Amino acid sequence: MQPMIVLEDVDKWYGSNFQVLKSCSLTVSPGEVVVICGPSGSGKSTLIKCVNGLEPVQGGRITVKDMEVTGGRTDLPKLRSHVGMVFQHFDLFPHMTVTENICIGQTRVLGRSQAEAEAKTAALLERVGMSGHAHKYPIQLSGGQQQRIAIARALAMDPIALLFDEPTSALDPEMINEVLDVMVELAKEGMTMMVVTHEMGFARKVADRVVFMDGGEVVEDSPKDAFFASPKSQRAVDFLSKILAH
Amino acid sequence: MKGWNWDGFFDYLTNTYMLEGAAVTLGLTIAAMSLGLVAGCVVALMRMSPFRVLSSIAYFYTWLIRGTPLLVQLIIIYTGLPQLGIKFSVLESTLIGLVINEAAYLSEIIRAGISSVPKGQTNAARAIGMTEIQKMRYIIAPQAARIIIPPLGNSVNGCLKTTSIASVISMEELLRRTQVLIQEKFMVLELFVVAALYYLVMTTVWDLIQRRIERHFGRGYDIKADTATQR
Repeated sequence: MQPMIVLEDVDKWYGSNFQVLKSCSLTVSPGEVVVICGPSGSGKSTLIKCVNGLEPVQGGRITVKDMEVTGGRTDLPKLRSHVGMVFQHFDLFPHMTVTENICIGQTRVLGRSQAEAEAKTAALLERVGMSGHAHKYPIQLSGGQQQRIAIARALAMDPIALLFDEPTSALDPEMINEVLDVMVELAKEGMTMMVVTHEMGFARKVADRVVFMDGGEVVEDSPKDAFFASPKSQRAVDFLSKILAH
Repeated sequence: MKGWNWDGFFDYLTNTYMLEGAAVTLGLTIAAMSLGLVAGCVVALMRMSPFRVLSSIAYFYTWLIRGTPLLVQLIIIYTGLPQLGIKFSVLESTLIGLVINEAAYLSEIIRAGISSVPKGQTNAARAIGMTEIQKMRYIIAPQAARIIIPPLGNSVNGCLKTTSIASVISMEELLRRTQVLIQEKFMVLELFVVAALYYLVMTTVWDLIQRRIERHFGRGYDIKADTATQR
């Protein structure tokens, strides 16, 4: 089967002497859920932002389906319209209502009619459990609610894959589950997902593979069960013992 | 002592010559602000551009214009440049002077507004596939506008009054016409009070307009106001 996302020997520098990503390679197959974890500063958020070209890379090759992200000749807006992304701080458009947030990409980027976009939006709001909030502004919503809207905004583009960059790190503990529940549903429906997260419970439940990063390198790339049962590297053992201590 | 002449005051309050002067002031303000806004956007984008040459030119321009008085600039344009064979009419000189000034000041306001929009908004707009132009138009500009409107409104208010400086190069706006009428009947106080009232009416009307614009761009930022409009 043709892989959905392929990263081959990706190098990235900030400036000329700090290398954030060191020859990172990984492959995500269609329908697969890959969780990326690692200590802060390990380069995992940078890595996921390279997948849709939000961060440029200096070496290596990234492809999504049959589109090449790297190389400079790519129509990045077109590529991004096929790959959804959800951010740590939600980044909803504050000057737009919930409905407008979810419609704008559909109408302006995909060229759907307003009616079509609104119908799709209503269905998505239902799906993320936010039907009653269609006409509210982001400021009127809790963090968990905003993040569910952000997921709906990404889904509205009918993405072939979804990228999550620490989607629950900025949330109060009691709101984490409402977001994870939506993500678990997506995973069950067969959405291809790359998820940067510290939520090991989520990883256990739905991940197919766990990628462990440290110091800009992919240290470990294992099936979920193998990763949790017996991490191959000492660095992963240390990391797991720290975050699972409580 | 002459005292205050009510009849003269009311005469001038409805004087067509004065009203036309006020209309010229208003016209100059509208022209200077709209052209200045367009030019100001260009200067702001140049200033923020990653190309050193462009940002340096923009920086030099704002430094030069903001560092010299409009009065001096107007005299250079209208009275000085003909010495080099470059001639502009009174209206042209006035417009050039006002526009290059507004562009310089507005570019700084616009730059501040654009910089105030968080980086996350850029990423979010790009992530749903927006082009750079769409991102600017639908995401960045409306949010920057909220920050820009209050100081921009200040500029409009200031511009309404600054146009009076053009009277020194004989631009027939409100102040110049006031002075012309004073030469006829010497009702100095009455005429200047009338002129002041005209300026006051124009700035007050603008104030009301500005508040409406602020409300429009403020949507999504004030929970109470937004909840109220939903009912």
